[in-house]
Amino acid sequence: MKILACLKQVPEKDSRYEIRADGSWIRNEDLSFDASEPDEYGLEEALRLKEKQGGEVILLSIGPERVEKMIRKGLAMGADRAVLARVEGRRLDAHLTARVIAAVAKQEQADLVITGIQSDDIGLVQTGAVAAEMLGWPHVTLVMGVEVLEGGTLKVQREMENGWLENSEIPLPAVLAIQSGISQIRYASLKGIMAAKKKEVRKVSADELIAGDSARLAIGKVMFPPAGKKAEIVPGTPKEAAAALVDKLKREAKVL
Amino acid sequence: MAEKILTLVDHSEGRVRRIGWEALRLGQRLSGELGRPLVAVVIGKGARAAAEEVARKKLEEVWLVDHALLDPFTADSYSAALRQIIEADKPFAVLLGHTYQNIDYVSRVAEAVGSGYVTDAIDLRMEAGKMVVTKQAFRSKLNVEIGYEASPPYFVSLQAGAFSSDGLEEGGGAVVEKNVTLTPDLIRRKVLEVFEAVKGKVDLSKSEFIVAVGRGIGKAENLPIIEEFARVLGAQVGASRPVIDMEWLPRDRQIGSSGQTVAPRVYFAVGISGAIQHLVGMKNSGVIVAINRDANAPIFSVATYGIVGDLFEVVPALTELIKKEKGIA
Repeated sequence: MKILACLKQVPEKDSRYEIRADGSWIRNEDLSFDASEPDEYGLEEALRLKEKQGGEVILLSIGPERVEKMIRKGLAMGADRAVLARVEGRRLDAHLTARVIAAVAKQEQADLVITGIQSDDIGLVQTGAVAAEMLGWPHVTLVMGVEVLEGGTLKVQREMENGWLENSEIPLPAVLAIQSGISQIRYASLKGIMAAKKKEVRKVSADELIAGDSARLAIGKVMFPPAGKKAEIVPGTPKEAAAALVDKLKREAKVL
Repeated sequence: MAEKILTLVDHSEGRVRRIGWEALRLGQRLSGELGRPLVAVVIGKGARAAAEEVARKKLEEVWLVDHALLDPFTADSYSAALRQIIEADKPFAVLLGHTYQNIDYVSRVAEAVGSGYVTDAIDLRMEAGKMVVTKQAFRSKLNVEIGYEASPPYFVSLQAGAFSSDGLEEGGGAVVEKNVTLTPDLIRRKVLEVFEAVKGKVDLSKSEFIVAVGRGIGKAENLPIIEEFARVLGAQVGASRPVIDMEWLPRDRQIGSSGQTVAPRVYFAVGISGAIQHLVGMKNSGVIVAINRDANAPIFSVATYGIVGDLFEVVPALTELIKKEKGIA
């Protein structure tokens, strides 16, 4: 089975953001970047499927040259090779991102495309399903489990609301958008890191893959959320704050 | 006639869900402001009862879409049905709730009809006749405004609780059955079973006190300080999603959109930054206490009291104080 695992690069989890003077985007200059966590769950699931079924995991990333560092990390985790669809100086919306994914899935003749359920930056929660629509393939989102059945179909577990789950069967080729928490994301081993250096990263132009198509959404402005109602901060050392809090819970809130 | 505002009304067990009313209320507002007719669309099993409930509100019509192949829900059947409705009518906007079911199929429809789709909106306005939507981004640390490059219909899904259903206007419209053409070969997803994840699970909704723990706890080995605090307080232990995903606590302890919704008298959020998926599950608690190292964590925007500090120092201090208070050894 040939699996295309999509990995987006986003600012690191604990980033402190600054906004450009014109409000058009965040200031990238002082940020560090890492893989979007939901996509890492996707990659992990791709690797597990390969370990059980055999086949190949091809990593796909869209972005500027700096993305290659993250790609190496994904290769070190166990992906076999990678495609970097380069795009400099602009960001693609969900529709164009899906266009690139669909194009590479066809080039690579993938049987399965895996994405995270959403990205940790804009988080439009749709890229995988949109790529499936473009490809004419079935898809499942919010995936909490995948199993290959005899006969080559997939048994897929989908998370529903309020603690309910659904098991379904879909044929390949297909797209899965993996829910965070499906499993534990592995760390790259030293051996993996060494091996990753020699693995192939094929570079293609994202612009060529989306030629003739256009974006459907555009980010107008980035803002800090308005300061809403704020908690009353209880000051002091940890001991002082704890004592003052207990006092407030007794006398003000009357809940102790 | 002006292009319509379509509101997809989410329902469950024949009743309209709260998010369904929120979407409908936004539809009423936009309909009034823009002078466009409002039509509610109710799809699937149990839709008849829900459609009749919706039809008592102020709107033009309720379109009832039911078909044997819409039960059970599949992305294949629902996307085909909604696409047919939208292609036949070419509305101005399609409003809906950001629910798990909608996540699973609506983006395919937007793609197929050439539309842009903004999900999980927290605000929405019109600018020069076009819709501009605000959503949270970068793990809820920033907001972004997104506009549409594609022409209508503008698709937008709404974050639960972000748009109030207060002021929903009564009125009445006819329930109109809309026929859709669905064939079995369209449905590639065969649903095998639908089941509850955890049987005999802990019901956190009945607790007076909850101590919930988040990623800030660092590792499973640190949990005893939380459990000890909960014990002396007489509280249940809950958790945000990352703690469950790391398997530090079982899934029936999860509070938030994919876990339980709770509203205890007192809720301690310890080492929880406060992603919206968590906040929707606990923000109606009586008194909320947030303990977090990051003074900018969103949890402080819903908390009553906050302590900015190291939970490994604050929580044991609280445990000792409560012990004294209650005379527990």
